[in-house]
Amino acid sequence: MRRTMPATERAPLPRLTPLGLDGILVTFGDTLSDPANRAALAFRAAIEEAAWDGVRETASSLCSAYLAFDPARLSLAEVTERVHDLLARRDWSAEGLPARRRRFVIPASFEGDHAPQLADAAKLAGLDPEEAVAQICARPLRALALGYAPGQAYLGSLPEHWDLARQKDLTPTVKEGAVVTAVRQVIVFASTSPTGWRQIGMTRFRCFRPEDAETPIALAPGDEVQLRPVSAAELDDLAESGPDGGAEVEVLE
Amino acid sequence: MTRLLLHEIGPGASVQDRGRPGYLAQGLSRGGAADRRALLEGAALLGQSPDLAALELTGRGGSFGVDAPARIALTGAPMRARLGERDLAWNASHRLAPGETLSLSPARRGVWSYLHLGGGIATEPQLGSRAAHFSMGLGQKLEAGGTLPLGEDPGGEANRVLDAEDRFGGGEIRILPSAHTALFPREDLERFCATTFTRDPRGNRQGVRLAHDGAPFATEGQLALVSEIIVPGDIQMTGEGTPYLLGPECQSVGGYPRIASILPADLPRALQTAPGGTLTFAFVDPEEAAREAETEEAYLRRISKTLRPLVRDPHDIPDLGRYQLISGVTAGRPDNGD
Repeated sequence: MRRTMPATERAPLPRLTPLGLDGILVTFGDTLSDPANRAALAFRAAIEEAAWDGVRETASSLCSAYLAFDPARLSLAEVTERVHDLLARRDWSAEGLPARRRRFVIPASFEGDHAPQLADAAKLAGLDPEEAVAQICARPLRALALGYAPGQAYLGSLPEHWDLARQKDLTPTVKEGAVVTAVRQVIVFASTSPTGWRQIGMTRFRCFRPEDAETPIALAPGDEVQLRPVSAAELDDLAESGPDGGAEVEVLE
Repeated sequence: MTRLLLHEIGPGASVQDRGRPGYLAQGLSRGGAADRRALLEGAALLGQSPDLAALELTGRGGSFGVDAPARIALTGAPMRARLGERDLAWNASHRLAPGETLSLSPARRGVWSYLHLGGGIATEPQLGSRAAHFSMGLGQKLEAGGTLPLGEDPGGEANRVLDAEDRFGGGEIRILPSAHTALFPREDLERFCATTFTRDPRGNRQGVRLAHDGAPFATEGQLALVSEIIVPGDIQMTGEGTPYLLGPECQSVGGYPRIASILPADLPRALQTAPGGTLTFAFVDPEEAAREAETEEAYLRRISKTLRPLVRDPHDIPDLGRYQLISGVTAGRPDNGD
């Protein structure tokens, strides 16, 4: 097979990047922004709707739509051309959010052992812990993308002073349900795992429910999540309340 | 229902199939067998669907029995396989009767070995697959003394062997660009292709560390990259510039730069390279790679053509002195061995 060195210049945005043998990324931003995220969600939905023969799977990340294709049925040149055509059809960053989004109001405790790095994170954001909690819970955040672990939502964006760098040393374990923050985003952890983000709270909400064959993944990209502060004692009472951990859900029209 | 009895089983063993494609948008990587070709070879040997689940083994191997007559096949990294006192050929199918003990001892080459059963392993599927993905709470941990349910085997041939591709010695791996390839300076891409990497002992189904002499590999501003979609076979640089080859249980998105992505056809060989084995990488033409890509179904058809009856190796026949042997005859030994 012929050897060839790949290009080392990046095309302007929106940009097509082949990802391995059978994938293409369509990137709308090199830094996270609301228009880039909207465009990624809308463009992925448009690829789904187009239902091209030979497309195996689609997904979206924070700023990109992704499609995987079957090279036996669709050539890279052909899929590239179709993606360019679709891109040219409209201004994707001006698109609205997905229809029938939901808002989850999820109880969270920001006290004691549930919030081991709250003081630390608040200080980095230039706030005292009470102000920090108030800001985190002040308004709904949007599920910008799901990833890292199944159903785990990157929620954003927080105001600019929440642009906290990841920790240099990973926290060896945070528990499922933990509320962590970094880079103007919040995550409710979907599985117990190590992280470079700081843990500032705890919920009993389970993002991933492998035992539920109907709805194993609770959140979808575009959904909203608002955290509602509760005491540590109240949170403990929610442990037995089921996988939603006391969350209230409404459909946004 | 027939059951596979796990008399002894090493750590790292799990039930695997072709995984869960279609959940990437929801944050779940495909998972499934580390050596997908080995799954296809097992399906060919037993003449059954490649979607059936098998037992993936690593490290210590194990010993196994059945509570009703069963057909088995052995593929992937060659282990020493014994049925009672008798050596069993690798890349071959056999019959296993209740009361007999199949022992598999550590792989001499490669990392991942597979025990297939007629009818497949019939644990309850989760999200459309039986593949264990332990870090995500999918699948059950396997312990000595445990059992696994088997699907109904409509019956078929056993004592058959095939020519599996030798993919246990490392070597050159073909790569294509990935999400961040264009962010690396050209001289670093050239240096990457000129470097011999050693498979580090640190590795699992999520990823495998590759050690090398020389400077780390890094992109500008790499700690501020926006998290991006990951696929198995991507080669990711950690913060300190050490490459990790990402396996079936890689995360679905990540923010570390990925320099390249391995051709699916070469990924089993990359993941089967044992600690201490060496790998080099070569960027190839994407159009040509796509044109020549062999689907898994095509590989299954290709290896199925090499199926033939297993002739017992003279070494395995007890009381060999009674037989007149023709010099040089080693019939039936699968030719992928040492």
